[in-house]
Amino acid sequence: MISIKGLKKSFGDLEILKGIDIHVAPKEVVVIIGPSGSGKSTLLRCINYLEEPTEGQIIVDGTEISGEAKINQVRAEVGMVFQRFNLFPHMNVLENIVLAPMKVRKISREDAEKKAQELLERVGLADKWNAYPEQLSGGQQQRVAIARALAMNPKVMLFDEPTSALDPELVGEVLDVMKELARSGMTMVVVTHEMGFAREVGTRLLFVDGGRIIEEGAPKDIFENPKEERTKAFLSKVL
Amino acid sequence: MSFSFDLVINSLPLLLTGAAVTVEITALSITLGIIIGLFAGIARISKIRPLRYAAAVYVDFFRGTPLLVQIFIIYFALPLLTGQRIDPFIAAITACGINSGAYVAEIFRAGITSVDKGQMEAGRSLGMTWVDTMRYIIIPQAFRRVIPPLGNEFIALLKDSSLVSVIGFEELTRNGQLIIARTYGAMEIWLSVAVIYLIMTLSISRFVAYLEKRWRVSDKH
Repeated sequence: MISIKGLKKSFGDLEILKGIDIHVAPKEVVVIIGPSGSGKSTLLRCINYLEEPTEGQIIVDGTEISGEAKINQVRAEVGMVFQRFNLFPHMNVLENIVLAPMKVRKISREDAEKKAQELLERVGLADKWNAYPEQLSGGQQQRVAIARALAMNPKVMLFDEPTSALDPELVGEVLDVMKELARSGMTMVVVTHEMGFAREVGTRLLFVDGGRIIEEGAPKDIFENPKEERTKAFLSKVL
Repeated sequence: MSFSFDLVINSLPLLLTGAAVTVEITALSITLGIIIGLFAGIARISKIRPLRYAAAVYVDFFRGTPLLVQIFIIYFALPLLTGQRIDPFIAAITACGINSGAYVAEIFRAGITSVDKGQMEAGRSLGMTWVDTMRYIIIPQAFRRVIPPLGNEFIALLKDSSLVSVIGFEELTRNGQLIIARTYGAMEIWLSVAVIYLIMTLSISRFVAYLEKRWRVSDKH
């Protein structure tokens, strides 16, 4: 589904990603963990070209990303959920969700709204369709953001620390939606600090540090038997 | 000296006719200015370098030279080049509109850059084009924020439009001059002209304050 080869990314002289290779199969839930500044968010943002790789190849669902038209085409198939939600504050929940399907997929408002209602039902916010983002809690906003991404019928969902900006008591409701999504067979790449989620839902865990993948494998194995010193040091701090 | 209220009353119809013309050129100029300014403002932050430079040159030129000189260039100098006289009305609106566009461009540029960059990322990550994201997501948010500075620009332009009296265009200031030439009532007429300008600018600032309040509420929701 996603194939990344030799991905490098520099900001000026600073090399953030130093050669990354990842293959994500359909229905996999790949969880990326690592200390802040390790490059894990940059890695995720390279997958849909929010950051342009300095070097390397990224293929999503058979399409190599290159050129503006291809980028838009691939982005339509790749949903992204941000740490800060990034809902559109001047639109209500329903408008937030139907905008892209109508503009990108060219589907009718009627169909888009029907789909939006179904998705709101799925994330448990059916009654909030006419609320504005500011009237919602962080957890509700993030669930709307997930529904907004799902409205495009993406083949892959990327999550960039989706619970990091939330009050602790609101984390659970977002993780529940993500778990349900994983169970439904969605291919997911998740950057997170939620180790419980990584262990429970992840089919594969990547530990990233210093712009490289230090260790990868089944979450259970890595949590219980980390092989690399850096992984051990990191896990001892967060577990 | 004596102050003739009769003169004020008798001059009022002509002055108000002029005021209506002032409002008309200001409204048309600001509309032109907003259209030009929107595109120039976006060009100023464009990734396309020639576009960015062209917009910067435009903004610098029209903000860096007096409007009066710009009016002279358009009304007196340009016809020498084209061999065709320009209607004062067209000249007035062109000069004021293009001039105002330079200021509006900077207002929009600031408004657009003030929108959180996560908004552009969210739009693009959904597969929307840059143009669509600008149109449906960034500009509507920027527009709400630029209402107050746009209002100031509107007021400034309304006052500056008095400059087009120099090309004989009969707006409020010019009509005042014409009445004084006939009646020598400089005190009565200039004070009346000033009061009429004041009423117009105050009305605009009230209207802007109302818009600001209304849009701020809808931005919050």
